[in-house]
Amino acid sequence: MWLRNNLNHQNGMRSLEVENLTVSVEGKPILNNLSLTLPKGEVHAIMGPNGSGKSTLAKVLAGHEDYVVSSGAVLMDGENLLELEVDQRARAGLFMAFQYPVEVPGVSIANFIRAALNARQGEGDSFDAIAYYRRLYAEMDRLGIDRKFTSRSVNEGFSGGEKKRCEILQMAMLEPKYCVLDETDSGLDVDALKIVAEGVDHMREDDRGILIITHYQRLLNHIIPDYVHIIVDGRMVKSGDKSLAIEVEERGYDWIKEEMAASV
Amino acid sequence: MKNENAINIDREKGNFHYDTTYEFDAGIGLNERVVNYIADVKEEDDWVRAFRLKALKIFNGKPLPTHWATKDLENIHFDKFRYYLSKGQQPSRTWDEVPDDVKETFERLGIPEQERAFLAGVEAQFDSEAAYSRMKEDLAKDGVIFVGSTEGLKRHPEIFRKFFAKVIPIADNKFSALNSAVFSGGSFIYVPPGVKVKQPLQAYFRINAESFGQFERTLIIADEGAEVTYMEGCTAPKFETTTLHSAVVELIALKGAKIQYITVQNWSSNVFNLVTKRARAEEEAEVKWIDCNIGSRLTMKYPGVILKGRRARGEVLSIALAGDGQHQDTGAKMIHAADETTSNIIAKSISLGEGRSTYRGQVHIPRRLRGCRNNTECDALLINANSRTDTYPAITVRGNHNSVQHEASVSKVSAEQIFYLMQRGMSEGEAMSLAVNGFVNDLVKQFPMEYSVELKRLIDLEMEGSVG
Repeated sequence: MWLRNNLNHQNGMRSLEVENLTVSVEGKPILNNLSLTLPKGEVHAIMGPNGSGKSTLAKVLAGHEDYVVSSGAVLMDGENLLELEVDQRARAGLFMAFQYPVEVPGVSIANFIRAALNARQGEGDSFDAIAYYRRLYAEMDRLGIDRKFTSRSVNEGFSGGEKKRCEILQMAMLEPKYCVLDETDSGLDVDALKIVAEGVDHMREDDRGILIITHYQRLLNHIIPDYVHIIVDGRMVKSGDKSLAIEVEERGYDWIKEEMAASV
Repeated sequence: MKNENAINIDREKGNFHYDTTYEFDAGIGLNERVVNYIADVKEEDDWVRAFRLKALKIFNGKPLPTHWATKDLENIHFDKFRYYLSKGQQPSRTWDEVPDDVKETFERLGIPEQERAFLAGVEAQFDSEAAYSRMKEDLAKDGVIFVGSTEGLKRHPEIFRKFFAKVIPIADNKFSALNSAVFSGGSFIYVPPGVKVKQPLQAYFRINAESFGQFERTLIIADEGAEVTYMEGCTAPKFETTTLHSAVVELIALKGAKIQYITVQNWSSNVFNLVTKRARAEEEAEVKWIDCNIGSRLTMKYPGVILKGRRARGEVLSIALAGDGQHQDTGAKMIHAADETTSNIIAKSISLGEGRSTYRGQVHIPRRLRGCRNNTECDALLINANSRTDTYPAITVRGNHNSVQHEASVSKVSAEQIFYLMQRGMSEGEAMSLAVNGFVNDLVKQFPMEYSVELKRLIDLEMEGSVG
């Protein structure tokens, strides 16, 4: 008993735990008693039909003010995430790649990422600009982003693929503990999808948990997830391995809904 | 987003004052006795005294311009101010000779440090008079004059009088008349033909006393082919009562000369800042006003250029940040008076909290001229729903041989933008600051480096202070 508690405790310190989360937007319930454990070192995929609440989960985790949590908890490495402000969550190690990245006119990518890194520095820490650019260029090269982009304003006039690559670039530079990718694959052509997927796959490591929210199975051809979860109507209805994603791709979601109805 | 604390603007850098004793004090209120007192203290020639008294009459006869400007002007009680305060000492040439309280003031504001780092000369004005004035020796050898206006009038009357009040006549407006009656301090600069002053000359205007009015008068003459960059900074402590700052600045760029005039104004929120600034540009001369207004309760300022000679160029780059309870009423005037003259106005304003920013522009190109061009761009950024921005462009272009271009935009820092930046780890203040700096970035890039750094720092302070 002692051993198990201790193990649980240890796991809790190395995972993102969503416990019985119920969430509404403008009074309308979206997530219903949803639970999920994402341990470090694993990649989980969340799939579901349109309007199922997938993106809501991402925004609640990041702390968007429009989403009201009525019950449940989220613990990140044992810390109560819901008590933290948006920026505190980010500095604690949570990163969200946006489905629709926002334009920031006049702010270059280089200055933007630098400001984000500076926000993580302690009082009096110095910033090594040379080392920063060396790393930035290396990550850009890996993601096939032209180095000229460092002076482009964030997301302004970017194509869909460029925006998503820029999200992955930020993710790589900020080295988060937990990554939530909100439909990062939407709007990407085959080549862009491959580059983005490789960028994400490259970030897989023992000290990082990755949550991929997606509508399609195709991203999962490049990043093999450890678990696949299906959300329908704000509930987690089924979990499995990669084969579940393929089954959903082939059969759609109706059979899952029917299973749900039968089990009630 | 949490903007309810937008009132807590951080002005701590300039918000201190010393209990100073003044040798000369004209007392409270404005009348002939006060004007004569100022002329007596300065031991001025009769023509200056007559000029002042005439200006006082004009000031008294002119109504406030509230038919187009804000009614807040009616809250200025001219009989409650002190119009002249000085320690009665000549401006020192070394900081060691400056009285301790004054020296400490400028040290806290970082002026001696900046002088060592990148300036060719500094004038530091404390209330009515310059406490310190010094220029690098090689410039003096080239014949450059850089002194306070009091000293300029005494030692170089022949140049001073020739150009004084020619670009901005006494009766230009009520506040130019006020300044003409009680002016004291400000810079007098003359750059001889062909001399190019490479580093900036800087003046720092400091108000220390309560219920005080500062009326500096600056006159800059760049002779043929000369070049000079002048920078002014200003701060005052925050008092319960209002403070009045009403300067007149005249620039004369003779044939082929270049003048760049940079203002970074950071007055405290009890200051009425009502300033008249205008330049005359002769043939192929170039005048550029870089005007940054961060502080004050109300600023009314429209730097202008009279493009008097063929192919003269005028430019105004303006940034105004109106915090809660502030009104920045700024803009530019371009008066084309010769063929092939060109002017460019780029104005960016940021309104936050209940702050209000107004752009007023006047571009005048008469029918008889050929080949004149103007470009005007004004962009406003609103930080929350309560802030307000107005644009009043007045462009009169006659004839078919000239071209103008005018663009205006209003944008907002959206909640989604702030959410995005905060998700990357920036605090709300840092996020707003980055968004605002992004908005002014293309303009700030054109500033000399030291000033763009200073401006960025001020914007950061303002935005940090504007959130809880």
